[in-house]
Amino acid sequence: MRIVCPICGERDSREFSCRGSAVSLWRPAFEASDDTWNDYVHLRENPAGESSELWHHEAGCSSWLVVLRDTRTHEVIKCELAEEVKSES
Amino acid sequence: MKFSAWRILKEGLTGNKGWKPHWRNPEPKSKYDIIIIGGGGHGLSTAYYLAKKHGVKDIAVLERGYIGGGNVGRNTTIVRANYALSGNSEFYSYSLKLWERLKKELNFNVMHSQRGVINIFHSDAQKDAAVKRGNAMINQGDDAVLLNPPELRKLLPYLDYDNARFPIYGALYHPRGGTARHDAVTWGFARGADLHGVDIIQNCAVTNINTRNGRVISVNTTQGTIHSEKVGLCVAGRSGQVAAMAGMRLPIESHVLQAFVTEGLKPCIDHVITFGMGHFYISQSDKGGLVFGGDIDYYPSYAARGNLPTVEHVVEAGLALMPMIGTARMLRSWGGIMDMSPDGSPIIDRTRIEGLYLNCGWCYGGFKAVPGSGNVFAHLMATDSYHQNATKFRLNRFRDGVHLMDEEGTGAQHNLH
Repeated sequence: MRIVCPICGERDSREFSCRGSAVSLWRPAFEASDDTWNDYVHLRENPAGESSELWHHEAGCSSWLVVLRDTRTHEVIKCELAEEVKSES
Repeated sequence: MKFSAWRILKEGLTGNKGWKPHWRNPEPKSKYDIIIIGGGGHGLSTAYYLAKKHGVKDIAVLERGYIGGGNVGRNTTIVRANYALSGNSEFYSYSLKLWERLKKELNFNVMHSQRGVINIFHSDAQKDAAVKRGNAMINQGDDAVLLNPPELRKLLPYLDYDNARFPIYGALYHPRGGTARHDAVTWGFARGADLHGVDIIQNCAVTNINTRNGRVISVNTTQGTIHSEKVGLCVAGRSGQVAAMAGMRLPIESHVLQAFVTEGLKPCIDHVITFGMGHFYISQSDKGGLVFGGDIDYYPSYAARGNLPTVEHVVEAGLALMPMIGTARMLRSWGGIMDMSPDGSPIIDRTRIEGLYLNCGWCYGGFKAVPGSGNVFAHLMATDSYHQNATKFRLNRFRDGVHLMDEEGTGAQHNLH
């Protein structure tokens, strides 16, 4: 698996670590209900197919990345900087 | 058909013409009292105990592929009861006791081999943790022995004891732990369930779970709609998708765990051995292959195969512990889809949909739980009450933050187990 980091270019997956579903980007408000927090922390779509995930370029530029990946084939479809994904929303 | 020495002798003398298929291949009926989705170890075991212990006569097990084609046929076959936390502790202890009489129970040789599990430690802190775990195991009524390096050296002379980076300080020895023949366990439960009237329906994928007024009423499958008011989910890595058919989201992420086997060798590794400084465990199969594995790949996956960085990591860890395996040639590797829960412990519970029951979250340790899981899940589905050895595998523990069973102490969060 190779990932094209927007800053460093195409790199080996050894340089990255996966934080799981990109749902982590959308942190609920502090006063949100227990169910909303449960949703955010624990419950997952866990898709077999295209999955939007948060990856950290640990041994590279240290950016947080949103990687669109196919969980059935490990194909990396798209990789963007998490801060850009977040600011566009 | 009952197996016995006499039967083998008789068949041997008459050209082995009397053996018949061990389970039927029935067409699904339009209605069952109970449907189990998933014909793996847990599903077959659940169906077996529902029929045998609870007298439910009208059960279907729906399997998308073939019996034994999922994780139950793709694991490293380790059976142990060395858990430390209440909830897990009593459950795995119970499951191991069921293993110890499984051959008789099923009249099928599951080749349960109690060769001992040896967890090696490499520092004073790890030794303290091993002592604590050993005491928890003894308190549970199971067996644990602390071995110092000279004692360990007698059992395992081939380890790299003086490794500069990972010196061996001793080990926690669990003599009743061991391995079993994974395929035999599957076939034994399939045959047992079939003998008790369970319909095992292969090549039958569930495509939807239908509910009405918050109750489950039927499932759509590739072989038509089948009605039932009680449906149990035993689909491991596919739990997320099947639960989604009923409109549920689960605290489960599916990951790939790889395992490896070498060419067949003469007997050299007599136990199950784990490395304390890297994730590596190994045993030798009865065919002679060294069966080993390590960590999950640490990214969600349904590919049933992993990537090379993890292969490299596992092999490095193995060679650091026992350099002798470096001369063995690796024969093949495979990957299974693991249903990882946030705290690393399973879920056996009702759901908010009446009649829909959930059995998942076994992470990478479901094989040793097969008889225990089937027993307690059957109990839950038949009586609507929790089995005394499985009261804490609750779905709401993540939401409520109580009774989490985080054996590793890393936190109840995805991607940490």
